[in-house]
Amino acid sequence: MTDKRYGANFIHRQSFIELDARERATALFDAGTSRELLGPFDRVESPWLAMQGVTPQEDDGCVVMKGKIAGQAAVVVALEGAFQGGSMGEVSGEKMTAALDLAYADSKKGIPTSAVILLETGGVRLQEANLGLAAIAELMGSILLLRKYAPVICLSAGTVGCFGGMSLAAGLASYVVMTREARLGLNGPEVIEQENGIDEFDSSDHALVWAIDGGEQRFATGLIDALVEDDTPQVVDAIRRFVGKGVPAVHRSTQVELFRSRIKALDTSRQWEPNELRTLWTAKSATEGKQ
Amino acid sequence: MSEFTGIRGTVWFRALTGQASPLPGDPKSVLTSDAPIGKEQARFLCVVPDPHGRFPCARHGEVGLEEAYTLATRVREVIDESKNTNKRPIVAIVDAKSQAYGRREETAAIFLAAAAAADAYGSARLAGHPVITLVVGQALSGGFLMHGYQANRILAFDDEGVMIHAMHKAAAARVTLRSVAELEELAKKIAPMSYDIRDYAKLGLLYKLLHVENPEKPSAEDIRNVQNELVGAIANARSGPVDLRNRLESKGAQEMRKASLLVRSKLEAQWQEA
Repeated sequence: MTDKRYGANFIHRQSFIELDARERATALFDAGTSRELLGPFDRVESPWLAMQGVTPQEDDGCVVMKGKIAGQAAVVVALEGAFQGGSMGEVSGEKMTAALDLAYADSKKGIPTSAVILLETGGVRLQEANLGLAAIAELMGSILLLRKYAPVICLSAGTVGCFGGMSLAAGLASYVVMTREARLGLNGPEVIEQENGIDEFDSSDHALVWAIDGGEQRFATGLIDALVEDDTPQVVDAIRRFVGKGVPAVHRSTQVELFRSRIKALDTSRQWEPNELRTLWTAKSATEGKQ
Repeated sequence: MSEFTGIRGTVWFRALTGQASPLPGDPKSVLTSDAPIGKEQARFLCVVPDPHGRFPCARHGEVGLEEAYTLATRVREVIDESKNTNKRPIVAIVDAKSQAYGRREETAAIFLAAAAAADAYGSARLAGHPVITLVVGQALSGGFLMHGYQANRILAFDDEGVMIHAMHKAAAARVTLRSVAELEELAKKIAPMSYDIRDYAKLGLLYKLLHVENPEKPSAEDIRNVQNELVGAIANARSGPVDLRNRLESKGAQEMRKASLLVRSKLEAQWQEA
């Protein structure tokens, strides 16, 4: 058996990570069906950045597109990791929440509209602090509404990954898709090191960072639903598959008893090798396992 | 600004419920109690420090793995017990330092624990339970997202020891490459960055600011007033929609969140055409 990572596809693949947010969003739709909403020419930008000497961007680093995926209505919201680290400000946050609310309204009217959220983000944009945090809280409320009617799919391809408050959005999702290059966690390694010291977390130890937050580990411990290569056709296939699956029977974030008992069983007197968790927590995800 | 002590959460939990202990099987850092408010029994929840907690990075009032799953369990109990009956109010008393910052936490997926807690509160709200948050001390960052920010109505004390924010000052200064003094100067001009609860109130996210004479040693009158305000907030929550749209429809938001309102109206119009 060949190592999948260095399989034949390695030289033929079309990198998804190298695409920007707009190209990523476009790639997920059925060809010719997507249309960008509130694009850069609408010029709705952050009102808070310029007064702090930070140059705003005319789409606020958030791309919204509506169209069809696998023949079904869908909206894609993609955060641009290259603008302010994909952080959530007032405008980017409201774009995402409003898009999900519109998908919810259509879904309730009988047009199930899936949402795909592309997360390359460190969380709250601190220049907009409380409005960023509030935006995430409201987004979470809207995910809870929509996911009863249509799946909410989170994709983190890398390389920024998904951290801070936006990791809670991923936690609420119907399905989460990652690559090996992506990371998913509440607190980034630098923040932990700053708060609790280098003994707690050495953020320069990249192997450790990926062993904990990386897509491969999150998939092997059943915390996400698919691990894909950095290959556009593979990413697109995974998203189409989950749009087709529809609303899962059980959402992972409602599996409180299961995860609470897993936490109770852990020996907290020491740090764990990330690999230990792979044997304790099976790869079969909590949502798919129940179907 | 007073240092975080973790006293206020316990003080107010006791003031409103008459006791301050965890339920059997729960960590000592999560207080849960059913107690009367108005003419009904509400469920009160609070996260407090436990210096002997199992997780070393969650001993000072942080919301960690155990706290998050315990909150989720205790909130879901209320949803489950009242599926076909009266929807009881849930009151989150908030004095939470932040989320727990630790390697164990990340390894064991605190992002999912955090989502589970927020999911429970949000699902209770959507099921018709009035979910009321009372911020008596600090409500910071991920800690607030897990415990409090999914409420229908948020009340906070109008007091210097109360702080609602995305990140504490020192860390926010580091991340944005500023000194704490520079950050404080900017925060005076830019309301969403401010650490002052009165500036937070301008954003339209709060239902009410409450005046309390002494938040750390409340008088009988203080307690009575807060109880009355909670009863009012519960009734108000029941009279409105179960989603969070009231925050953007508030008077404060009309002034401070004009960009959000513009996004919403433009996106709605373009959505219909697309």
